[in-house]
Amino acid sequence: MTLFILRRAIQSVFVLLAVSIVVFFAVYAIGDPVELLVSPDTSAAEREVMIRRLGLDLPIWRQYLVFLGNLAQGDLGTSFVHGVPAVELILQRLPATLELVVLSLVIAVSIGLPLGMIAGLAPETRTARTIMTGSIFGYSLPAFWQGMMLIFVFAVFLNWAPAAGRGDTVSLLGIEVSFLTADGWSHLILPAINLALPNLALVLRLAASGTAEARLQDYVKYARAKGVRRGRIVRRHILRNILVPVVTVIGVEFGSLIAYSTITETVFAWPGMGKLLIDSVYQLDRPVVVAYVMIATFIFVSVNLLVDLAYAVLDPRVELEKGAS
Amino acid sequence: MSERVDTSSREPVALAPAIGQTPNRARILARLRSRPTARGAAIMLAILVAAALFAPFLAPQDPYDLAALSIFDNRLAPGAQSMDGAVYWLGTDSQGRDMLSAILYGLRISLVVGLSATAAAATIGTLMGLLAAYVGGLVETAIMRVVDFILGFPTILVALILLSAIGRGVDKVILAIVIVQWAQYARIMRGSVLVETRKEYVEAARNFAIPGWRIMLVHLLPNALAPILVVATVQVASAIMLESTLSFLGVGVPITEPSLGLLIASGFEYLLSGEYWISFFPGLALVVLVFSINLVGDRLRESIDPRRR
Repeated sequence: MTLFILRRAIQSVFVLLAVSIVVFFAVYAIGDPVELLVSPDTSAAEREVMIRRLGLDLPIWRQYLVFLGNLAQGDLGTSFVHGVPAVELILQRLPATLELVVLSLVIAVSIGLPLGMIAGLAPETRTARTIMTGSIFGYSLPAFWQGMMLIFVFAVFLNWAPAAGRGDTVSLLGIEVSFLTADGWSHLILPAINLALPNLALVLRLAASGTAEARLQDYVKYARAKGVRRGRIVRRHILRNILVPVVTVIGVEFGSLIAYSTITETVFAWPGMGKLLIDSVYQLDRPVVVAYVMIATFIFVSVNLLVDLAYAVLDPRVELEKGAS
Repeated sequence: MSERVDTSSREPVALAPAIGQTPNRARILARLRSRPTARGAAIMLAILVAAALFAPFLAPQDPYDLAALSIFDNRLAPGAQSMDGAVYWLGTDSQGRDMLSAILYGLRISLVVGLSATAAAATIGTLMGLLAAYVGGLVETAIMRVVDFILGFPTILVALILLSAIGRGVDKVILAIVIVQWAQYARIMRGSVLVETRKEYVEAARNFAIPGWRIMLVHLLPNALAPILVVATVQVASAIMLESTLSFLGVGVPITEPSLGLLIASGFEYLLSGEYWISFFPGLALVVLVFSINLVGDRLRESIDPRRR
């Protein structure tokens, strides 16, 4: 176990290094930030000072080494636009995004899992066919358009929930959260549904195929022959077996949801890190873009590790050491 | 990002072609035709493709010819009449552009991007996967590491960062989609070639001293291609969706080109004041297109899946 975690940690460092190289060089191909930062009437001398201060006069590989050196000390650079450390800027926005992602996963699983199991228990029925076709429709909806339609129906037309922003927040252990206020909930619900729909479809399909497969296994037939009640078979024998793929997906999707939240946050003007990324891309705020990708990668890598550890808990047949080799 | 604990045995079962019993093409098509939803989706898809193909003849207006637009006709509701008496069935946008025409032209871009990106990504990915599985060793490790690396990240993030670096343009969007999508084909192809190489006909071909490239392209490729085709169908839909999303975010197709994503974005501000049609209809066209491709892809997968025969 310890060996497994250690090996994965070392692998993760290499992944992070590779990402830093790719992103650093890709992002530094984006236009000249100096043009945006200095006003047109600055003298050439002042410009020089500015360029030197930002370290932009060095060749790119030297800039990368400086970046790596700072990274080792936990410094991912300072935002060109905001003038504060990029890490600070992103971590400030992180709770808003996490709140959205967690709620959307809860929605996806609590609706997708039961619907999928219903479809999987009787795959050839009309209900099952309707659910499965509906799930294809669910992931065929472009997230940005689907969010705009949610806004149109529930915010503009019915006026049930606000169209944008985060609403009232309360400080919980020093972090601003909105799920503790009624106003916060009303702002949270539409973006969370927006983000949840594609994953709901995904969880549903996984649960359906897992259930359809497990239903025909010997242990289920045996339990049925033994006279175990149907509800108990579904809960104890089927549900437990389909949880492994579902947990994998939740884990992997947790990372992508952070990335996909850029769309939701753009549509709903949600002040999370995805909105920050889009704004930074527009403003050519390189350090923030690089820092975002590094932090996002760190989150993906950690979540993947947690998912693999969760297997061992859910499925005693899984051997971690073998999986790592 | 690296190897998952072995639950992968689930997936290849669904994707691998029937081992030892190559699916019969006639039977697959017959099964496909017997499904009413699949037939409906295929017909819908054919209509949309035809509409896109013949857009210049069908569209009442050339939506990107600025001289043809009349600013006095801006933001008219669906069914309204223009200054010169024509009817705007789906309304107009803020520049007086006929939405129906704009959507027809937008579908063209969607299909061009979706089909060409998928074709390029599938070709590159298939060849890479074939090479990795057949040659093995260092080549395999190198290719599969890159594949793992790319697949470890959400496509939208990679495409977004990439496009912000190389700039906007239809060709660049296609390039970005190819970069994020080829890896998927490579992984699937490698899996299905690994199964094929163990079969006797490959052994026989080797004993006849047939050159490696010939075994790969003539013997292995056709036999390992079925799962690639199924995935490619669905990938066309996801490429179309990705293009519209990137354009919506402002890093995709430039505003001088018709794109459904851009049209939807341009209607966003008017949506809040109840003028829904600028965003609604292009989005509807996009959904119907993507949904019908996905439905056809799903039924195709079901028809090929040996467990459901």
